[in-house]
Amino acid sequence: MRSKPSAESSNERASLPLTLSAIGALLFLHIPLWLIFLYSFTTDESAYTFPPPALTLKWIPQAIQNTAMQDTLFLTLRVAVLATVAALILGTLAAAAVYRFDFFGKEAISFMLILPLALPGIVTGIAMRSAISLLHIPFTFWTIVIGHATFCVVVVYNNVIARFRRSSNSMIEASMDLGANSFQTFWHVVLPNIGTALMAGAILAFSLSFDEVIVTTFTAGNQQTLPIWIFSQMLKPRNRPITNVTAMLVVLITALPIMFAQRIVAQTSDGEGGSK
Amino acid sequence: MSEPAILFKNVSRHFGEVKAVDNVQLEVKDGEFFSMLGPSGSGKTTCLRMIAGFDRPTAGQIFLYGQDVSNLPPYERPVNTVFQDYALFPHMTIEDNIAYGLMIKGMPKSERVKKANETLDLVRMPGYGKRKPSQLSGGQRQRVALARALINHPKVLLLDEPLGALDLKLRQQMQVELKNIQREVGITFIFVTHDQEEALTMSDRIAVFNEGNIEQVGTPADVYEHPSTPFVAGFVGTSNLIAGEVAQRITGSPKRFSVRPEKIRLAQMDDQIEGDMFVADGIVRDVIYLGLYTRYLVELEGGGDLVVIEQNLRTSSIDVTKIKNQKTRLLWKKEHVSYVGG
Repeated sequence: MRSKPSAESSNERASLPLTLSAIGALLFLHIPLWLIFLYSFTTDESAYTFPPPALTLKWIPQAIQNTAMQDTLFLTLRVAVLATVAALILGTLAAAAVYRFDFFGKEAISFMLILPLALPGIVTGIAMRSAISLLHIPFTFWTIVIGHATFCVVVVYNNVIARFRRSSNSMIEASMDLGANSFQTFWHVVLPNIGTALMAGAILAFSLSFDEVIVTTFTAGNQQTLPIWIFSQMLKPRNRPITNVTAMLVVLITALPIMFAQRIVAQTSDGEGGSK
Repeated sequence: MSEPAILFKNVSRHFGEVKAVDNVQLEVKDGEFFSMLGPSGSGKTTCLRMIAGFDRPTAGQIFLYGQDVSNLPPYERPVNTVFQDYALFPHMTIEDNIAYGLMIKGMPKSERVKKANETLDLVRMPGYGKRKPSQLSGGQRQRVALARALINHPKVLLLDEPLGALDLKLRQQMQVELKNIQREVGITFIFVTHDQEEALTMSDRIAVFNEGNIEQVGTPADVYEHPSTPFVAGFVGTSNLIAGEVAQRITGSPKRFSVRPEKIRLAQMDDQIEGDMFVADGIVRDVIYLGLYTRYLVELEGGGDLVVIEQNLRTSSIDVTKIKNQKTRLLWKKEHVSYVGG
């Protein structure tokens, strides 16, 4: 049923050089990842020899039972969840304020909200560290959460405000006109409409927080998050296979939600971005 | 006499320096189809939004069947609105959209679904309940928006240019249907539009808005036949305004007057003039043949132009253009003249 000639242009085959360079780019990006996966199963204890002398599954239970790994993983998950929750609340409120109301300095606030994401992490890190020291707040688990929340808020804010801009302005008025008060309007109309934007924002925020290193280094006390623990393990060759297994775990924990988030965003045909 | 549906007492809505609505008095009767007509920025939509509760007057009071509602939030007012962009909830089915007001009131699911489907019948869209708004055409969404408002039995239904997004055929069809539905349900309708034809077609009475003020309120015939200001004469129909010396020569008074183009007859120079007629002589400067009728632009002796419209009952395009640049006599009944002041 090919009736329209215009539809066929999308079926046109890419030229050979274009195909090759696309494959090249993908390999460049992904070969290092595959190597990590491969080395997770090598029998080789301390060195990266290629090809691996033999394959084994023994590192996986060892890595999972490693208490240091467990502790840092659990801490990282708690940080990511709390930073995401804070980002959801603050990001949604900020987006609602910037979208709904006109006030002096609105553009500036919008810009300032996005700034932590655009700034190099090291700048955010130094700034957070000096601010926290200045206020004599001890560096704890909670300072890590605050540090992560700064860039997580942006992701949620970007997603939610893009959704607000696409939705009909009079929908909220229509709901109130039909007898719903502010809370009912939020629950029945606003929330379902920004639901997928919140979900996508939350997943991206979670992934960003989960593998954050730089800001964490500046805002942590003696706590170690998983990425930092992995980095410290790299310096100790005898644990190398365990580190590889952990890295593989991190890839799975962060990549799957991001794929899921992209699905959601594609399904609702949003053009909204917001990744780092 | 029953209480008026809507009563505006000295209502103003100023946005800083801008007087969107300025000291407006207005009375809408119970059960009326009332139109607010005016160009954009004339204050008609602001008035509607103040009745709905989306906007509050900066001065004055608004009464709904005798109750002062000036400061009630929208959800405490027994009025409902049909929005210009319909404002349907995209995440809900048509059924849930229509039953939204009932759900908020706490009506059980089965009962409100039944009512929603009854209302779908009323707007001639039976069986559409399970669809989503994105699956409907513009005209269908419009009907759903109407059903969603009507199901709550509002005391007054507000319609904010609801036909603006529809094409001409559909719009004309909806005009008739809206009027029928209004008769069927017997609710007071307040209809905002910038389309004078739409207002004339549907309304019991019309208020003509200009720059935050109401220029005239009356039946369609009143407003059309007897415009009380130059603005109304120009906005509703074709403006045919004559003033000063020329007016003096025709009517015996220098007061500015308006006469509708179709009331004027092109006559022969030697035609009999009856006592109840005004006469003016001039030269036909332009002839535009429009099939159903022909428009003539006549330049009067002593200055001023009048537009004349005559139906093409016996003439053809060749005949009508012959009189271009000829001298002609115009005749119209004295009763068709409105003195518009200004």
